[in-house]
Amino acid sequence: MASYSTNEFRSGLKIMIDGDPCAIIENEFVKPGKGQAFNRVRIRNLKTGRVLDKTFKSGESVDAADVIDTEMQYLYSDGEFWHFMDPQTYEQQAADAAAVGDAGQWLKAQDSCEVTLYNGSPIGVTPPNFVELEITDTDPGLKGDTAQGGTKPATLETGAVVKVPLFLEIGELVKVDTRSGEYMSRVKK
Amino acid sequence: MNWQPTAELDVIRQRARVYKQIRTFFNTRGCLEVDTPLLMPTTGTDINIASISVTGNNRVQYLQTSPEYAMKRLLAAGSGSIFQICHAFRQGEAGRLHNPEFSLLEWYRCGYDYHALMDEIELLVTTLSLSRCSFRRVGYRELFRQSLQLDIEAASLEELREQCSRRVPGTDASGFDIDQCLDLLLAMAIAPGLKGYLFVYDYPISQAALARANPNDGSVAERFELFHDGIELANGFSELTDAGQQRARFEQDNRARRERGLPQLEIDERLLAALESGIEDCAGVALGLDRLLMILLGLDSIDQVLTFRD
Repeated sequence: MASYSTNEFRSGLKIMIDGDPCAIIENEFVKPGKGQAFNRVRIRNLKTGRVLDKTFKSGESVDAADVIDTEMQYLYSDGEFWHFMDPQTYEQQAADAAAVGDAGQWLKAQDSCEVTLYNGSPIGVTPPNFVELEITDTDPGLKGDTAQGGTKPATLETGAVVKVPLFLEIGELVKVDTRSGEYMSRVKK
Repeated sequence: MNWQPTAELDVIRQRARVYKQIRTFFNTRGCLEVDTPLLMPTTGTDINIASISVTGNNRVQYLQTSPEYAMKRLLAAGSGSIFQICHAFRQGEAGRLHNPEFSLLEWYRCGYDYHALMDEIELLVTTLSLSRCSFRRVGYRELFRQSLQLDIEAASLEELREQCSRRVPGTDASGFDIDQCLDLLLAMAIAPGLKGYLFVYDYPISQAALARANPNDGSVAERFELFHDGIELANGFSELTDAGQQRARFEQDNRARRERGLPQLEIDERLLAALESGIEDCAGVALGLDRLLMILLGLDSIDQVLTFRD
């Protein structure tokens, strides 16, 4: 199996820690002038999403994680699995709820998103930073309220609930930032 | 193509100002400026410092990790107190506070011991800072007691390893030796909490490097380091001047190197011969000029003081 030495550590590198695939977020070289050198590394466990710190003696080697991020098209959910397709090879992948996580609420059929594969199976899904979705349910809009800053909850076609301005109506299209879950703007159909 | 300097031009001017002041400081205090080779046939044997070797001229030579050995040969030749501003090279050391090529100010004071040398460092740093600086001194063991409530003399290796895992989460210290535990605790559990200028002195004899043992307590060496806000800035000793002990330390380094699978290094017989011929009692220190400049200018990364880091 491929491995990396600590001097190859950089953010984004995928390595195996305690049997789980992890991504390096930060790597700091710490060395007393005449003492042992260490690499202090902040990593994200790609299965659980947890962030933790690890210390290595500089020069140690760590197994590489067979992890790739691939652009795939979301097809549908059967209630248990979310199904994705590679638009080049037409190969399909099924991701469970643990792998999809919060991303599920932003996924609309045909949209493309990033699927993280570990040993060939999905362990994570990242939606596009911005999605455009239709409002399927919200309180009736209030005429003349465009200038005021109030908001109301609106349910979108994928099931996500976001706060939108009071004047928006069912059937309108909105642009949302999936990283913060915040409404960005109204989109003209 | 980005060809521009890494440091701002003003930082480059500040470095020139600092170097000029350093030279004035030593010139007016009877210390001779010297210039020793950066490329030499032997190098330091320290197990934690890797040299960069250079082939050419039909032999292997080493970029010096510090000018220490050459400067000691000058001392043995009767130079009297000397100082040098030069570059030094250490393989694999790269990060926010490290560059494989860096700048050093190294000086040796005949007739001084390590505390007298610390006094002079205080004066130099204050002069360069253009403001009042306050300095504190603490013994190495006392620092561990104060910071971690840990008596490193009484602690077993198992306890030290356990401290490493507890104080620095995510550390598997099961394979660490005593010095690796102490290095980790000092660098990651203690240093981040240190404020201002602090001398740490009387290192364990196992970390003596080229310092002489403390005549009153053979378990520690007359070695010190200067920290500023937890960043290591200088390392100095009351110098070991005994050729026999020096040879024993070189041989010990090579044994430790063999155990760790590191290359054996040729012992610098010229240095040993110089010590054999006799060398005055003296104290010496190496101070990292890139880091000093960072501190004086309030910068937080070594990149900001290097002309180029391509």
